[in-house]
Amino acid sequence: MYAIRKDFPILQRKINKNTLVYFDNAATTQKPLQVIDALKDYYENHNANVHRAVHTLSQEATEMFEAAREKTAQFINARSTSEIIFVRGTTEAINLVAYSWGLRNLQADDEVLISLMEHHSNIVPWAILSEIKKFRVKYSRINADGTLDYEDLESKLSRKTKLVCLSHVSNVTGVINDVKRVCKAAHDHGALLLLDGAQSVPHLPVDVEALDVDFLAFSGHKMLAPTGIGVLYGKKALLEGMPPFQGGGEMIREVAVNPQGNRCVITWNDLPWKFEAGTPNVSGAIGLMAAIKYLERIGMDEVFRHEAELNEYAVKRVRECRRVTLYGPLGASKCGILPFNVAGLSSHDVALFLDNYGITIRSGYHCAQPLHQSLMLQSSARASFYIYNTREEIDRFVEVLGEIEQF
Amino acid sequence: MSTLEEYVARVEGTCGEEKDVIVTFKYEKRAEAMARILSRAEVKSSFSGIVYELTFKNLSFRLYPSGKAIFRSVRDREELNRTLAALLL
Repeated sequence: MYAIRKDFPILQRKINKNTLVYFDNAATTQKPLQVIDALKDYYENHNANVHRAVHTLSQEATEMFEAAREKTAQFINARSTSEIIFVRGTTEAINLVAYSWGLRNLQADDEVLISLMEHHSNIVPWAILSEIKKFRVKYSRINADGTLDYEDLESKLSRKTKLVCLSHVSNVTGVINDVKRVCKAAHDHGALLLLDGAQSVPHLPVDVEALDVDFLAFSGHKMLAPTGIGVLYGKKALLEGMPPFQGGGEMIREVAVNPQGNRCVITWNDLPWKFEAGTPNVSGAIGLMAAIKYLERIGMDEVFRHEAELNEYAVKRVRECRRVTLYGPLGASKCGILPFNVAGLSSHDVALFLDNYGITIRSGYHCAQPLHQSLMLQSSARASFYIYNTREEIDRFVEVLGEIEQF
Repeated sequence: MSTLEEYVARVEGTCGEEKDVIVTFKYEKRAEAMARILSRAEVKSSFSGIVYELTFKNLSFRLYPSGKAIFRSVRDREELNRTLAALLL
């Protein structure tokens, strides 16, 4: 993995005269030259609006855009490109499900079951929608070590449950949930499963067919691609039954106003374009394709192995720090996310102190306040690793943590 | 006459901590802001020039050379503005 560091120009940056140590990968990842070059090539040679125009540039742009969809479908083993909707990111993908599927299908007696480890983006849309549609939102507990309380989740499932919302990997603890188990339990009760893959798709092999999830949402920028591009996967039969999320160009086949001028007849476009109103993020999709190709060259098993190894090493080293408390199940199968606090200091102080040495981490709730409440934490600091991080960077991180402990 | 806007780029409530506020000083003014603050507030402790623990008019805060300060338990924005004005202007 050391060799790939040369692909990431930003890793040469100095922050306060120190070489950057980028440990905020759960928030967003850095971009390799291959992705930057793909964007540059698109804008220098192929830029045009997609799908409608007949000119050469538009056809090239369309082919590249649809090739990105094909690559994405293949990456998560979707059955068809019809099941891949390009959106801005995970948040928009979840909102699409809420306002399209949820608005049409959820009623007053229904229930949506959400785990307390969810990111706010998988809680807030359902809380807003429940005010409109008057369905009930139930929350399934997590254990003291941050793992999902499967028995509690399963006990809260009933015939009233229409949807279960679950993170594949927690953005705070890195815990990997047993999606197959939850998915089977949800399906046994006639409910659908919406999987937030923001922290899993970039870090481990994800196969939607094997997992049998109904919806999967993820973001490009957390997996080397640009910001502003993300994906909603949905089973074709479900997507076909859902009304459009937004109206505009691209998502219609026909818009005809009757001769009297008092009625508009609209026919929706086919999947997946029915859900892609307006000019899509063409360059973002092309950047995502380049990012996926980059990750595939490494191999997702290798990506996961590298992160797990870094995480194990980081846990071992950080335990040497007397004032540092680590959270989450230290022995369990996890992605490379390390939540911690330093006694006597706020997480923001720790982040600012590390920043002085060019080490970037996150502090606060990480958009997961219910999880922090469950673990009775005011906030936490979070170091998160990716393919370009090294043991030497962890050594530097621990060295500076040792200095913080002197304060 | 100087104004706070000349020195302060952003004020954000922290998430996770109670009523803590992070003040980010404008990059080109951060050295001047730090010098003014350090000359007016009481330095309770400092650590290798990386962080200063300060108090000023019953408010405690930490100042970082990267141009940020974390103020603790600020009642409201008005109190913060009054304090920043007294420290900077």
